[in-house]
Amino acid sequence: MEIDLRTVAIKPLRHTFDHIVRRFGDKPASRYQEGTYDIQQTDIFHYRPMWEPELQLFDKRRTKVQMKDWYALKDPRQFYYGAWTIARSRQQDAAESSFDMIEERGLADIVPEEIKQTALAVLVPLRHVEWGGNMGNSYISAYGYGTAITQPCLYHAMDHLAVAQYLTRIGLVLDGPEALDSAKDAWMEAAMWQPMRQHVENVLVVQDWFEIFVAQNLVLEGLTYPLIYDYLDGDFSANGGTVISMMTRFMGEWSAETAKWVDAQIKVAAAESAENKALITDWVKQYRPLVLAALAPIARRAFGDQAETVLAEVTAQFNARCTKAGLSV
Amino acid sequence: MSKVFIAFQLNEDTRPIIEAVLADNPHAVANESPAMVKIDAEGQLVIKRESIEELIGRDFDLQELQINLITISGHLDEDDDEFKLSWLN
Repeated sequence: MEIDLRTVAIKPLRHTFDHIVRRFGDKPASRYQEGTYDIQQTDIFHYRPMWEPELQLFDKRRTKVQMKDWYALKDPRQFYYGAWTIARSRQQDAAESSFDMIEERGLADIVPEEIKQTALAVLVPLRHVEWGGNMGNSYISAYGYGTAITQPCLYHAMDHLAVAQYLTRIGLVLDGPEALDSAKDAWMEAAMWQPMRQHVENVLVVQDWFEIFVAQNLVLEGLTYPLIYDYLDGDFSANGGTVISMMTRFMGEWSAETAKWVDAQIKVAAAESAENKALITDWVKQYRPLVLAALAPIARRAFGDQAETVLAEVTAQFNARCTKAGLSV
Repeated sequence: MSKVFIAFQLNEDTRPIIEAVLADNPHAVANESPAMVKIDAEGQLVIKRESIEELIGRDFDLQELQINLITISGHLDEDDDEFKLSWLN
């Protein structure tokens, strides 16, 4: 008996889903495209939400920002669930190995006392600010419109919990479980934290989801993260607190990465229409002074008499970032 | 003119690479076989890091090509930004 081997080329009849074909043409689509575009439910709702009967369950009117195509707000990182979890798990492995090394060798004991106290006073209470970030982004993913923006906002919400956990661990490593109680007390009682607490609580009750995106992801994070994970971190490293930098590495990397995503959203939304641009610009102008006022006492604790200089530099960088994203702030 | 070619495995990692190559080299022709694609081009073929990065939305190291590369034909000239195949004669 003779056997002939031959290869048979089978042409696939379909490259991807029909709705993806309508958007991008009949060719193989990326996972990100298949997991993102036109997934938002648009009709066949059985009933209106009882708590808001004037709107549909998913409704474009939940924000003043208007887009012809909400899917224009795409994620430059192209995160779908798989890509995002893989990226974060790599970062978590790196962070875990840093923490392991610090705990095994008792490296926290060699941090100068003054640096340690600053880290405990400034970093650990920030976990409550992170919780606000989690709440805001969860709200966006619940009430926002279009998977292109609601999907990365949910990832962003979860990332905030990760940051809060790292801040918690920093407290545990430096000072044990008491660090968390004193941070909570500071958040609730200390004069230094009350403006920030008030601001975070105010953002919790904002209704317009795109306004939350601007207030939280652009303004609050855009001013706070450079201040803490760039300037303050540099001070720690320069004065013998490299151990703390090892523990905040994820936050530094993550805030740089997410800033690119936030900027891309603002850029697209502002370029869509003069109304959007004016709206977002006004929000930035509204929230910037509030955040700066909330950061002022924290900066004074962190940088002493350098606080105003540092805040001015951070603000200048932030304004340049907004201008680059097409806002006139 | 003589032809250069490059062949890749066909998977999720190479899809954006192939797309970038075909966009940057309008004279190139892709021949799909089962599980692989061979891209032929008259004269030269350039793979640009920037074009791939634009499609995948992250930093790309041209060395990542090697993971799914099956074969090449031509004189290779590569740096951090470009992977270029040509015949020097």
